[in-house]
Amino acid sequence: MTSSTAVAEGVAGAWALSHLDALESEAVHIFREVAGEFEKPVILFSGGKDSIVMLHLALKAFAPAPVPFTLLHVDTGHNFPEVLEYRDRTVARHGLRLHVASVQDYIDAGKLRERPDGTRNPLQTVPLTEAIQQLKFDAVFGGGRRDEEKARAKERVFSLRDEFSQWDPRRQRPELWQLYNGRHAPGEHVRVFPLSNWTELDVWQYIAREGIELPEIYFAHQREVFQRNGMWLTAGEWGGPKENETPETRLIRYRTVGDMSCTGAVDSDATTLDAVIAEIAVSRLTERGATRADDKMSEAAMEDRKREGYF
Amino acid sequence: MTSTTEQVAGLDDLAATTLLRFATAGSVDDGKSTLVGRLLHDSKSVLTDQMEAVEAVSAQRGQDAPDLALLTDGLRAEREQGITIDVAYRYFATARRRFILADTPGHVQYTRNMVTGASTADLAVVLVDARNGVIEQTRRHAAVAALLRVPHVVLAVNKMDLVGYQESVFAAIAEEFTAYAARLGVSEVTAIPISALAGDNVVEPSAHMDWYGGPTVLEHLENVPVSHEAAGSPARFPVQYVIRPQTPEHPDYRGYAGQIAVGSFHVHQEVTVQPSGRTTTVTGIERLGEDVDVAWAPQSVTLHLAGHLDVSRGDLIAPTACVPAVTQDIAATVCHVADRPLAPGARVLVKHATRTVKAIVREIPSRLTLDDLSHDAAPGSLRANDIGQVVIRTAEPLPIDDYADSRRTGSFLIIDPADGTTLAAGMAGHAFAERAAEAPAEDGEGWDF
Repeated sequence: MTSSTAVAEGVAGAWALSHLDALESEAVHIFREVAGEFEKPVILFSGGKDSIVMLHLALKAFAPAPVPFTLLHVDTGHNFPEVLEYRDRTVARHGLRLHVASVQDYIDAGKLRERPDGTRNPLQTVPLTEAIQQLKFDAVFGGGRRDEEKARAKERVFSLRDEFSQWDPRRQRPELWQLYNGRHAPGEHVRVFPLSNWTELDVWQYIAREGIELPEIYFAHQREVFQRNGMWLTAGEWGGPKENETPETRLIRYRTVGDMSCTGAVDSDATTLDAVIAEIAVSRLTERGATRADDKMSEAAMEDRKREGYF
Repeated sequence: MTSTTEQVAGLDDLAATTLLRFATAGSVDDGKSTLVGRLLHDSKSVLTDQMEAVEAVSAQRGQDAPDLALLTDGLRAEREQGITIDVAYRYFATARRRFILADTPGHVQYTRNMVTGASTADLAVVLVDARNGVIEQTRRHAAVAALLRVPHVVLAVNKMDLVGYQESVFAAIAEEFTAYAARLGVSEVTAIPISALAGDNVVEPSAHMDWYGGPTVLEHLENVPVSHEAAGSPARFPVQYVIRPQTPEHPDYRGYAGQIAVGSFHVHQEVTVQPSGRTTTVTGIERLGEDVDVAWAPQSVTLHLAGHLDVSRGDLIAPTACVPAVTQDIAATVCHVADRPLAPGARVLVKHATRTVKAIVREIPSRLTLDDLSHDAAPGSLRANDIGQVVIRTAEPLPIDDYADSRRTGSFLIIDPADGTTLAAGMAGHAFAERAAEAPAEDGEGWDF
């Protein structure tokens, strides 16, 4: 009982898209749906590779017209300077408008309290959700991918959030065909994840294919780091190293960029896109498992943060 | 950091693969989690830290072996109850292809979940337990795959190790299922005898079943053709967004952006815009920045048309030689996916392609209960997980195809205008619904579409 695949493939093969073309086409479709149906969308832009790919796709989706969205960055106050520099350069180059929600401002105003461990990643949720409410965004693009984490594997491409920005995994709309349902009540908004179906490797392959520039911390470089909870963290004013932690200079690179207090570096000599892709293709660790301390706080850390409004 | 030609050339092997979307369906104890776990594990898609987490939790619970179901159950409630609540999407890759697996739960809410997974699937894997053979649930899964027009169906006869790897057991199940599927209109079934637990014929060929000469599950997934709707079908282009830069460099640029839903378009083609019915010519096609002569589904492109037509989001562009009929009266089969019921007289929204219009549910002439495959001629209303026929009157005409001809332009959503809830998944087509309404099959347990 075998199928006649050999014959059929000859017919269909010429029409099949490469997986990168299929993913690109799907993501562009999602951007255009949002542009067509929402009043005030915004792209979450951190200067990390996923948001960089999102912006690249948005530029392609509406060319030669400008991207019809503004950008929003939640600045933890502990970001890598190289990444902030990249962010500002990119915004200027494309004539975009950037909103910044600052965790530091919230701490200074007494609205948020610094955690004992110095990690600011969980503190991002409040400035993010308040910025969404105050600026009245009705669609918020995030670079989240379902392959990142098992709670994210349950996330819809169009994910409705209530007026408190909460995600309820048990009350999600079924996602049928390519018919995205973005209807929402005033005060609610929709998180949109155009890269849902991409994996880390797809993102890197696409960056290579499209020749997209990245912040240099994604490539191997010498850096002073120290070890905490099994991860290489970079020294800085955010609170490391402590007395019992010894800094050393290593050849490292980053697989993700986020808050410096919880984003770990990996040992690497990959200085080119080819080398990075080769490294990821054989890596036996997930992106988040290798580099994100905050996901290790509990088995459901990501789910719990997402329920509160994290992206 | 611009990549050089040399670098890109070196990536060809990785970048030239295609994408297959597939869904799995199986009852609670058929071993679906084990099959999914086995596919992920044996294709080396489970990474060390994920496996360590599974081992740690399994050990904490006092289990001897790692519970592969933990790889796929991502939510607190799922882990607490040991069940899968909702569709999850998994990703893995081989040298030949990238896979998106819609992992659909096999229990109570199976219909809407499987409909969700099957709506975008190129292939469905229906799992049966070799000891039990084709059961009611198997027929339901086959029916949903047929209803949603999933192009390829795989029957995975699992737990062959528990029936002594006997060819006769497999052959009888395969024959019964194939005959049943044929009655539902499924023309091609690939049956594979497997043991997900022992790893027979999932990724590696089995050493226990010399009599089987076909592919393993993974081999079949790697080789089955994708996107075969593109060739031969009448082309359809729902307009998503009008690109008008109005900048000094592009003062007169006007492009119609969208994703080709079906078929192909080429420059100089004569096309008609629905619902206005105006005819014009394609003067240019841009494929995300590149001018091309021809483009096909599912590429996202921008079309340029001759003349100054009034074309906007929600319109549909089709070859003049093959324009879809425009109608305000839709007869369709729907799967009801919401908890609140749908009754005649309900005022709803219909989202079809890129257009959303007001509508009213005129009639619900029948309901097909997948639980026992019975046919109810006067259901009154549709409830969660029901599949039934509806007749809808829309406030504006829609260029809607038969779902049998196009999954993309024959499908629609029924939405509650009050709060935006998706109520039902619709599949248009008189013929489709009428055939379903025919008298039950001779044995009283089946029905045809």
